[in-house]
Amino acid sequence: MTSQTPIVELIGITKSFGPVDVLKGIDFTAYAGRVTALVGDNGAGKSTLIKGLAGVQEYDGGVVKFEGKEVQLPSARAAAALGIEVVYQDLALCENLDIVQNMFLGREAMLGITLNEPQMEFEASKTLTGLSVRTVSSVRQKVASLSGGQRQTVAIARSVLRNAKLVILDEPTAALGVAQTEQVLNLVRRLADSGVAVIIISHNLQDVFKVADDIAVLYLGKMVANLKSSETNHLDVVQYITGSRTMGDQE
Amino acid sequence: MSVTIGSGHEGNVREQLTAYKARVKGGEMGALPSVLSLFVLTFLFAALNPYFLTQGNFANLLTQTATLMMLAMALVFVILLAEIDLSAGVTSGVAMALFIIMTNRWEIDWRISIVAGLLCGMAIGAFIGFFVAKVGVPSFVVTLGLFLGFQGLQLALLGDGGIYRIEVPEIRAIMNDNLPGWMGWAFLAIGITVMTLLNFYDRGVRARNGLVNRPISLMYTKLVVVAVIGAALVAILNENRSRSIKEISGVPIVVPIALTVLFLGTLLLDRTRFGRHLYAVGGNPEAARRSGIKVIKIRIIAFMICSSLAVISGIFNASRVGAVEATAGKAIVLSGVAAAVVGGVSLFGGRGRLIHAAAGALVIAIIDNGLGLIGLPAGINFLVTGGVLILAATVDAVSRKRSSGAR
Ligand SMILES: Nc1ncnc2c1ncn2[C@@H]1O[C@H](COP(=O)(O)OP(=O)(O)OP(=O)(O)O)[C@@H](O)[C@H]1O
Ligand SMILES: [Mg+2]
Repeated sequence: MTSQTPIVELIGITKSFGPVDVLKGIDFTAYAGRVTALVGDNGAGKSTLIKGLAGVQEYDGGVVKFEGKEVQLPSARAAAALGIEVVYQDLALCENLDIVQNMFLGREAMLGITLNEPQMEFEASKTLTGLSVRTVSSVRQKVASLSGGQRQTVAIARSVLRNAKLVILDEPTAALGVAQTEQVLNLVRRLADSGVAVIIISHNLQDVFKVADDIAVLYLGKMVANLKSSETNHLDVVQYITGSRTMGDQE
Repeated sequence: MSVTIGSGHEGNVREQLTAYKARVKGGEMGALPSVLSLFVLTFLFAALNPYFLTQGNFANLLTQTATLMMLAMALVFVILLAEIDLSAGVTSGVAMALFIIMTNRWEIDWRISIVAGLLCGMAIGAFIGFFVAKVGVPSFVVTLGLFLGFQGLQLALLGDGGIYRIEVPEIRAIMNDNLPGWMGWAFLAIGITVMTLLNFYDRGVRARNGLVNRPISLMYTKLVVVAVIGAALVAILNENRSRSIKEISGVPIVVPIALTVLFLGTLLLDRTRFGRHLYAVGGNPEAARRSGIKVIKIRIIAFMICSSLAVISGIFNASRVGAVEATAGKAIVLSGVAAAVVGGVSLFGGRGRLIHAAAGALVIAIIDNGLGLIGLPAGINFLVTGGVLILAATVDAVSRKRSSGAR
């Protein structure tokens, strides 16, 4: 798979806030069909790296290549136009609307000047079915009545509906119980298997090993390790995260 | 249970009922409390005073309600955004002052004057919307300021204690004249036909998209219930309710006007992109913004609609009084807010429909009317209405907690 072009490739990304260098020349790649976990201690720069990709906060320097071509990401709209979708930790769903309405919010299907509810309902159901979601009984349920895991599911399904090529998830399982975490991780796996590139930020290494193909470790604004989860273990990753080991040690 | 394609609305009558019960339990009560209180109040007042259920009082009640109902519906558009427009009443007062100056002083055609009044309302709404949405001043403050300022403007336009008689027969007719008997029936027939066609259209589109429809028996039951109630109302109103020799009968002209606004407004909220975005902004502005919705634009338009519909309620009021007064619209706005809340429109935003505001207005008007008939000391109706409002707001707060606590 490494011979294949990455969906997204970051080269030498830098970002500072005043005198503080938060990102110090980051190289990072994510591939279609693979889940790449981005791990690192608090303040390592994970969110900052993601915000640049999402178009909400521009990098100071470095190159972003999307599908092999160099691109600019000045706004969230520009990122969305490329097929980059972010599922934020606070999810950004409208509780007073139902699942279908949330999934199509901002890009409603129309029939003349009126909403084409049946088409939206059909496509929402199809997307959820395609992701083998089995936890919601009706797509016309209000989001207010959904559990945390179900909400996460809706948010992820929404990015699928938008034909995302790259889906970025910021701590999708942080607030979830065991069963719901399991469901969401399964969903993330299926998402990648359907050909989408997935980047997942997580502090939970157990989750990371369960779902990720690749693990990228940030330490104080530097990318200290790019690992395949099949070729590493829990302890190694912890050592990279805490800075007690660097990539050179491996050889 | 898994998601099967089209599992949005399917299910037999029993399942639909169960789903409805679950929604009510989950805090989505909608118009249920106000409809129940309508029944209770009607029986109560009918038992206490025989005049309450007469044709005369019934027609009276409808026209009494119309102004409040229109204002409450106007307010729904901003309350859905968790905003408020305390100036809605005086805005209508200012617009009607402009209208009466145009017709009486400048002798301009009344149709042009009405349009000018509506445009005036729209402009005021845009002004409020700009300050709230763009500048970020809380709507409570902006509209409180206008509430005070416009009272001064009304005085300046019409003079202290100014009262101008409405000379336009068409405007006077709205509240004081009735449709001929056949026209009441025709209006009912048109209404039922439109509802039926709309239902079949929706079912058609669902079927074309391969979705299951609700049981058709449910649709027929609903339509028949509406038709029967409608027919009873038209029949009652078509009887002579005069106590003198001159016959008075027919559906008051204001009724079809108010129902048409209700219908069109509901279509706007339920079936257009604007309506969907309005609810989204009311529910979670940040989520709406991230979904690419132009939140500022939606807010400004909502205030414009609110002020414009408020002007229509001002027209109703002027028609009923037969004049435009310098103090018009001052007292009614809080009742308008109360009506919307009593009907089940949430002050927290994002939840509520126009029909709820209409039902709430009926509740408040019935309390007013009924208590007046029983002959309790003045002031009691304020106490009762206030109590009902607090009760309704409590129900709103509790059901909101419940619906988001159901995680
Ligand atoms: N807007 C900002 N202004 C100044 N400093 C910032 C800003 N945003 C982030 N930082 C700093 O950049 C560093 C990296 O922050 P970032 O949020 O990217 O970390 P993180 O890896 O996401 O951490 P966490 O796991 O706690 O979410 C931190 O030291 C933070 O204080
Ligand atoms: Mg972070």
